[in-house]
Amino acid sequence: MSKSERPSQLFRNLNAKVASIPMILTAMVVFVGGTAWTVLYSFTNSKLLPRLNFVGLDQYYRLWATPRWLISIENLLIYGVISLVFSLVIGFLLAALLDQKIRFEDTFRTIFLYPFALSFIVTGLVWQWLLNPDFGVQGVVRSLGWTSFDFNPLYNSSIVIYGISIAALWQGTGLIMCLMLAGLRGIDEDIWKAARVDGIPMWKTYLFIIIPMMRPVFITTLVIIASGIVKVYDLVVAQTSGGPGIASEVPAKYVYDYMFFAQNLGQGFAASTMMLLSVMIVIVPWAYLEFGGRKRV
Amino acid sequence: MSDHAVSLAASHAAIRADASGPSGPKPRHMFSRRNIFLYGTLVVVALYYLLPLYVMVVTSLKGMPEIRLGNIFSPPMEITFEPWVKAWSQACTGLNCDGLSRGFWNSVRITVPSVILSIAIASVNGYALANWRFKGADTFFVILIVGAFIPYQVMIYPIVIILREIGLYGSLTGLVIVHSIFGMPILTLLFRNYFTSMPEELFRAARVDGAGFWGIYLRIMLPMSLPIFVVAIILQVTGIWNDFLFGVVYTRPDTYPMTVQLNNIVNSVQGVKEYNVNMAATILTGLVPLIVYFISGKLFVRGIAAGAVKG
Repeated sequence: MSKSERPSQLFRNLNAKVASIPMILTAMVVFVGGTAWTVLYSFTNSKLLPRLNFVGLDQYYRLWATPRWLISIENLLIYGVISLVFSLVIGFLLAALLDQKIRFEDTFRTIFLYPFALSFIVTGLVWQWLLNPDFGVQGVVRSLGWTSFDFNPLYNSSIVIYGISIAALWQGTGLIMCLMLAGLRGIDEDIWKAARVDGIPMWKTYLFIIIPMMRPVFITTLVIIASGIVKVYDLVVAQTSGGPGIASEVPAKYVYDYMFFAQNLGQGFAASTMMLLSVMIVIVPWAYLEFGGRKRV
Repeated sequence: MSDHAVSLAASHAAIRADASGPSGPKPRHMFSRRNIFLYGTLVVVALYYLLPLYVMVVTSLKGMPEIRLGNIFSPPMEITFEPWVKAWSQACTGLNCDGLSRGFWNSVRITVPSVILSIAIASVNGYALANWRFKGADTFFVILIVGAFIPYQVMIYPIVIILREIGLYGSLTGLVIVHSIFGMPILTLLFRNYFTSMPEELFRAARVDGAGFWGIYLRIMLPMSLPIFVVAIILQVTGIWNDFLFGVVYTRPDTYPMTVQLNNIVNSVQGVKEYNVNMAATILTGLVPLIVYFISGKLFVRGIAAGAVKG
């Protein structure tokens, strides 16, 4: 074929390329460009407006010397461990209970999952009310006669993050249960039959046969929970607004407040870059295992 | 591993040997210890999950004097719908006292175009990725999927600058664009996978008959992929309605979506706290996704499973 007959490579499949413009723009301008921009400006001393005035790692030194950031990180770690452990355990247990060929399975599943349809704002506000020291759980138990009963997580700075975790678990475990249930349903019935014939007790079958077989489901679930943990923001805003004092601050809130209230953009960029870094620590090994491994096979 | 295989084989043999005897599972009694434990646990857990919803509804139907005296778990002695009316049309945020209705209509005006735009873009995009692959398309797609894991906080400010440059910062249109951008990874993945699973022959036959890119999309792919569109709509309606971060960053007080306004009403420091009005407002905000959830049932589960299993 001569060159003149064949249109340039660029115009082949033109419609598909036009249709992909939004995707290409999003991927390159917003995701790659935006991320690079934020990382670049985190090395500047931008205050009210972004300025390319480089100060090296100053923003990061200041960040890690700020008590509010350190509290945010500590809270994120506690919240993260609680979320991971409890949503995996509760999610799996609920899925295992629902997998016993029970009646009304759909009803139970609907009940366990409905909080997931609600926003974190709604979740936070409901639990703010339930944990209200005067009228909530503490008030009710006290009015029943146990006057020394103490359960006031939202106004006690040493345990406030646990109060937030309770709400988060209520909202999110339904999803984990659903994923686990899908995983359990994917296990071959014959495995169960074999385990039963061999006389292996049920809990042992779950622990040593089923759970190892569900490894991919667990890994996916883990990634989902982990990427949700870093994003936690609305829940804290609604439930405690970061209080009492700064006791329930989280990194996402730190970023927002420094960018839009404190007018200290550089700090906001540095903090958001740290968030990106923490996500990468989770995602990169996972992506490597998931996609790097597949190529080799 | 070989142990396992042996035991499997043995069990198969055992099952086969058993086949001559009575078959079917052992009949169980309704009130066996196992069943009592099983259903007992499930009911207790279900009550725990339902409790907040119950408390919300009950609180919103009580008058303030009753709330101050009573117990949050007790049903209302005198049912009043006044808190609902107040939450809808009189609750104050800052100087505005026209209730949540403004936030509701803002959310509608945000959600409807965002859902339509994001699904339109992503479905065409997924279709192009599945059936009209061009060089480099997969690279962009991988970047898009990986980008879904980047914390939003990293990209918030650059988007503020972009929107300000094109004069859309603070407007509902700007927020619609932001929702379309951040909905793109998961929706594109959803549609790409769906279109890839459709029989290739269908596409080839249409090509032979002379249909082009848009012709095949509109006349063949679209009518055949209604279920995935429903899943995408459920996913987007709940996701966009429940959004708080983008709402608070990219809109102004008079265009705040419902979630932002709700938070401002409930967490405002001035005035006496009216818990019944707050709870009525909270239910009102949660109502749209809850209705979507209860109507869609199994499709919702499919949607969130798809939404959750990114990448």
